[in-house]
Amino acid sequence: MTTLSDPQQGSFRLSMLLNDTRYRSYTFQFVALLLLIALMAFLGINLMRNLAEAGLNISYGFLGVPAGYDINQSLIDYSSQDSNLRAAMVGIINTLLVAFLACVTATILGVLAGVARLSKNWLVSKLMAVYVEIFRNIPVLIWILMIYTLMTAVLPSPSAFRGDDPASSMFLGAFAFTNRGVYIPWPVWGPGSMFVVATFVLSIIAAIAYRRYAVKLLFDTGKLLPRAWPTAAILILPTLLAFFILGRPVSLDYPALAGFNFGGGLQIGAPLIALWLALSVYTGAFIAENVRAGIQAISRGQTEAASSLGLRPKRVMNLVVLPQALRVIIPPLISQYLNITKNSSLAIAVGYADITATLGGITLNQTGRAIECVLLLMLFYLTISLSISAIMNVYNTSVSLKER
Amino acid sequence: MSDTHAQSVPFVRDTMLPQATPPLTAQGPVKWVRESLFSSIPYTILTLAALYLIYVLLSGFLPWLLGGVWTTSNIRECREVLDGAPGGCFSVLSERWNQLLFGIAYPRDGYWRPTLAFILLFVAVSPVLFSFVPRKLLFLTALYPFIAFWLIWGGSLMVPLAALLSVVAGYLVYSKLVKNNFAVGFFAGIATALVVWILSGFITPSLSGVLALEAVDSRNMGGFMLNMILGVICVSLSLPLGILLALGRQSSLPIIKLICVVFIEFIRGVPLITLLFVANVVLAYFLPPGTNFDLILRVIIMITMFAAAYIAEVIRGGLAALPRGQYEGAESLGLDYAQSMRLIILPQALKISIPGIVNVAVGLFKDTTLVSIISMFDLVGMIRGPILASTDWNGVYWELWGFAALLFFVVCYGISQYSQWLERQLQTDHH
Repeated sequence: MTTLSDPQQGSFRLSMLLNDTRYRSYTFQFVALLLLIALMAFLGINLMRNLAEAGLNISYGFLGVPAGYDINQSLIDYSSQDSNLRAAMVGIINTLLVAFLACVTATILGVLAGVARLSKNWLVSKLMAVYVEIFRNIPVLIWILMIYTLMTAVLPSPSAFRGDDPASSMFLGAFAFTNRGVYIPWPVWGPGSMFVVATFVLSIIAAIAYRRYAVKLLFDTGKLLPRAWPTAAILILPTLLAFFILGRPVSLDYPALAGFNFGGGLQIGAPLIALWLALSVYTGAFIAENVRAGIQAISRGQTEAASSLGLRPKRVMNLVVLPQALRVIIPPLISQYLNITKNSSLAIAVGYADITATLGGITLNQTGRAIECVLLLMLFYLTISLSISAIMNVYNTSVSLKER
Repeated sequence: MSDTHAQSVPFVRDTMLPQATPPLTAQGPVKWVRESLFSSIPYTILTLAALYLIYVLLSGFLPWLLGGVWTTSNIRECREVLDGAPGGCFSVLSERWNQLLFGIAYPRDGYWRPTLAFILLFVAVSPVLFSFVPRKLLFLTALYPFIAFWLIWGGSLMVPLAALLSVVAGYLVYSKLVKNNFAVGFFAGIATALVVWILSGFITPSLSGVLALEAVDSRNMGGFMLNMILGVICVSLSLPLGILLALGRQSSLPIIKLICVVFIEFIRGVPLITLLFVANVVLAYFLPPGTNFDLILRVIIMITMFAAAYIAEVIRGGLAALPRGQYEGAESLGLDYAQSMRLIILPQALKISIPGIVNVAVGLFKDTTLVSIISMFDLVGMIRGPILASTDWNGVYWELWGFAALLFFVVCYGISQYSQWLERQLQTDHH
């Protein structure tokens, strides 16, 4: 059955491509597509001509060639004879390492500062406001360079720890802050230590199970079991027991002066610390604002209603305010994590061997493979960003208010 | 009871007592101190800890600041003058002031030019930022880019004048044609501007001596001036681009939407530093052989694209926050797409997006320091390179970094305070 509004067949005129809204959108899209293809072709042809002129080609063979440079901080085995690909792997791991460390400390710092900014204590809240404003409004690159300067130019050299009356001494006898990095004690895993670790993992699972059981019991029967001290006991006691029964398989290796430098323990290089601290304090200021906004977004009525139900302040926070505030806080928090990962590319300014400094820095300069290196670099960051946003979308749909 | 009479009790009050003031501990500063600083034991501990922290910070910082030396010519002289007393060698700032602000290579007798451009910037932006400034001054804003270009880059006044002429011609054509159709007016305006610009290209070279300032190459820009140039240009260019991208992403045309989504997500997924690498080493491969344009121009293109993607996301949020009824109302008035966007949707969406846009602008301005990594001598690059590496000032870290931090703090904090003020001004919903 035809209605009057049906388009009349066979009366298509060329001018309708511009004037008729039914067809105009196709015209626009077609033109846009043509322009895009033309731009791509222009860039592609230029690339071909430029490469031909310079006698270059696009090839990823350089990834298999020995890198020929050393990396001072690496979590996996690496020597200058290893390939560029392996150097890039070291870079990726270093990027993820500093991003992870900075995410953890920035979150702790940000939550503390955000809550303290809402404190009724005037001095503390003003102090936190000053912290947030100062750190948010100064470029992170300046913070990285300042902390790096602090690490390398102000801290004493290892030789200052030498002699009978040294100019500097180790903190608590275990931590050495020097201009070559910070030395901290590090566990040595003896035989049987796997068993201790396994016990600890098992007791974590047991503690979680106990807490779940306590909640279930509370919901089913109304009986309230104590939660804090049994959890602590389950966590600590079996591990301690296993540790002593097996004859202390895990020991700490303390840093000590050996020759011109410290030996033993774990050395954390100044670049890593500078990057880690700077990203933490800088992003922590942003997270503090997110946390504050999240808590303030919960209307006072919620708190008052919860109190009038007879809940104690701690429960008001845990059961009513926080679950709602987290829904507001977590999306910007995750995008701050993304920012930390992207900002960790500033490692190149202090010589920390992350992916930008290895693949996009030394490898690029040595092989001259600019296009390939920058492309791989972008792909890496793009992968991380897109996977984190995918996780964020899943989370957002799972916590968004279910409207019926 | 009954044996109590007026004459048998010694005293009966027959007037009201005047209201007494509350006790000292429950009013005024004492009350404030008790309530906001020492209300409980944990709070008291917190307050004391905060006081101690402030004391430690100030006792380190104040002697350094107040005991500073401002007039020596290198670090050794400065250390001699200080003679072990706490104090900063601020003389590095006074001695290298021009380098910090203008870079190494800017002509010495031309420092007044960027300074004047900087002062004029405030005049030019004031009608945009403050609604109480007379609207007529907006013509200064329109003139500013051309004046600033002439002042900073120098050369003949004829070149920016020709550019101004072509923009004016384009605008006239646009305003004639826009009444019938926005798209026709828009593209005809751009075409006219281009034609006039190309035509003027035949005349300007012969007038290169007219009203000419000493020409300065882009690569000679440096110091804080470079940060300001990059920040101002990139923010103002990325705003229109960001609006277009946001509209494209919200549009119902699948191909245009796809192009915008891919562009935005790609740019937002990579760090700025990789885009700067592209500007530095890769972009030249994609341009016709023989073209050779400035590093600063390539960097401006990349930073603009970067900022535009973020601004697009902010504006998309503003567009999504508008109630559906606004779109439907515009359609039911019979407005076409361009009209409804220009007259109904964008004014409201942009208003909602102001805080986000300002955040992006502040972030962008801070990110201009990243150009120091591709060896451009902006403020950070100047400090890391020529100044700290010189034998005169090797070792004067905190004075220099503190100065850089202070400059950025003043600008960024100022912008964010302005944004908060504007938000209060624009609040038209009363509740």
